[in-house]
Amino acid sequence: MTTLRQRLLPYALLAPGVVWLIVFFVIPMYSMGELSLRTGSLTEGFQLTWAFENYTNAISEYSTQFFRAFFYAGTATVICLLIGYPLAYAIAFKGGRWKNLMLFAVIAPFFTTYLIRTIAWKTILDDSSFVVGVLKTLQIVPQDGRVLATSGAVIAGLTYNFLPFMILPLYASLERLDLRLIEASKDLYASARVTFFKVTVPLTMPGIIAGILLTFIPASGDYVNSTFLGGTQQAMIGNVIQSKYLVVNDYPVAAALSFTLLVIILIALVFYIKFAGTSALMGDDDEKETA
Amino acid sequence: MKRAWRWIRENSAMMVAILVLIYMLAPIAVIALFSFNDPTGRFNFEWVGFTTQYWQDPFANSELTDSLMLSIRLAFFTSIGATILGTLLAIALVRYQFMGRKASNLLIVIPMATPEVVIGASLLSFFLSPAFLPINFQLGFTTLLIAHIMFSISFVVVVVRSRLIGFDRRLEEASADLGAAPITTFWKVTLPLIAPGVASAAMLSFALSIDDFVISNFNAGAEVTFPLYIFGANQRGIPVEVNVIATMLFTVTVIAMLAVIFQQRRAERMAERRADDDNKATVSVPI
Repeated sequence: MTTLRQRLLPYALLAPGVVWLIVFFVIPMYSMGELSLRTGSLTEGFQLTWAFENYTNAISEYSTQFFRAFFYAGTATVICLLIGYPLAYAIAFKGGRWKNLMLFAVIAPFFTTYLIRTIAWKTILDDSSFVVGVLKTLQIVPQDGRVLATSGAVIAGLTYNFLPFMILPLYASLERLDLRLIEASKDLYASARVTFFKVTVPLTMPGIIAGILLTFIPASGDYVNSTFLGGTQQAMIGNVIQSKYLVVNDYPVAAALSFTLLVIILIALVFYIKFAGTSALMGDDDEKETA
Repeated sequence: MKRAWRWIRENSAMMVAILVLIYMLAPIAVIALFSFNDPTGRFNFEWVGFTTQYWQDPFANSELTDSLMLSIRLAFFTSIGATILGTLLAIALVRYQFMGRKASNLLIVIPMATPEVVIGASLLSFFLSPAFLPINFQLGFTTLLIAHIMFSISFVVVVVRSRLIGFDRRLEEASADLGAAPITTFWKVTLPLIAPGVASAAMLSFALSIDDFVISNFNAGAEVTFPLYIFGANQRGIPVEVNVIATMLFTVTVIAMLAVIFQQRRAERMAERRADDDNKATVSVPI
């Protein structure tokens, strides 16, 4: 009796959450897949006609926005890694008594709304702003040039908004680093640079992988930054999906685009994790735990 | 020269760090600064002059206040729902071996690896014509709540489970040995020990919900949350009160965080002192 109860207990604990996720995550994905194969219009209704041409049409028509989304997200991710690593490193090893304050500064942006932060960048990069004035004086930006409504502005916004997602996993893995290994490397006459690339970086790989995923995935689907900081020439795939769903009400094509985005990301994720050899997303040691 | 070079090399990480931190904090400073601006037109992008006018009655704009109240209400219920569902999931996953454990793990990870726009779009597709279910959804508060709980669950699981992994099972065994029923052990031993994890998970889901724009954008119907209000107001010009409220929220959160950190430090210090006092009788309680 008790054994049966004990065996059923985990399922009882799981049930509410799993049911919620199945009904409101898995089934909606199915709904979206089905919707993507329909044809029709909002007024006449959408019939399921197995219209696979929705996919070919959508992809060929919006391939530019797909590529742009991945290019912007990829560039932002690389910049986040390049500036986030030194910051995480400084917090972990050089922070001293300022460590907590620095960590606090990293998460501080989360205490203001995402949209307001992005709009603040619009203020900073506005044509008449101080920053743009300085850039013009330094002739980095031409006199009649703009910063807003350029690819640069959108990438800068994406970099800014997703930087904490890069820094926190990097910091977590740097924090766990056994400093004796770095000392050992130095004792064995490795230069600082060799030590960094042969010891520090490989040992913090889980953090790097998690950081890249946590930055790239949300950035590639984002449409807030391109809406506020870009112009029509900076539309990303997220913008297209949003307007097809909510403005034009062309649901089947929107669903097809959105499904394609999901599939591309999942395929990339599987390859990436295979290549990197770790389930870094969860930051857990499942294998060890079950063993 | 050589010394200067060495100094630069030794402190280069710190210098980059400081520059990056300035980059991260600059927009917040701008938000606060422009809450004192006195714009001439509808748009608050250009510095005109200093005024405290908008700080005097930031809640005067009823549209803005309503959206804020809606967001707070939504975040409150989201955090309750997601914390309960997520905590139960985390306990099951950490504590028990059962068939379907891997699949459940996957079900929790994948929503976090899905771009928000895809989650929003799929939920909207589902609410428009619910597959397999004989329910008709009306876009509004309910659909928002469903969506917010859905995307928050995974984050709750991650936070609570990290607390559970570092948990000393012997404390529960001791409780059972002393004759406590499993349910008593759960309420009196397990829950108090994982409470900090559960509390941070609740705060995280509250924060995720109140800040969410993309998924709400798809599933709000006629409801207007705070982020949706800002999005809508962007074309007409965002009122300065938004900056005032954002600055207020930021300040309150920072003060609350600092108070928690300060309190924790004090508790730690007192625990240390106590441990020093009765060193012989110490039982280490790993938390």
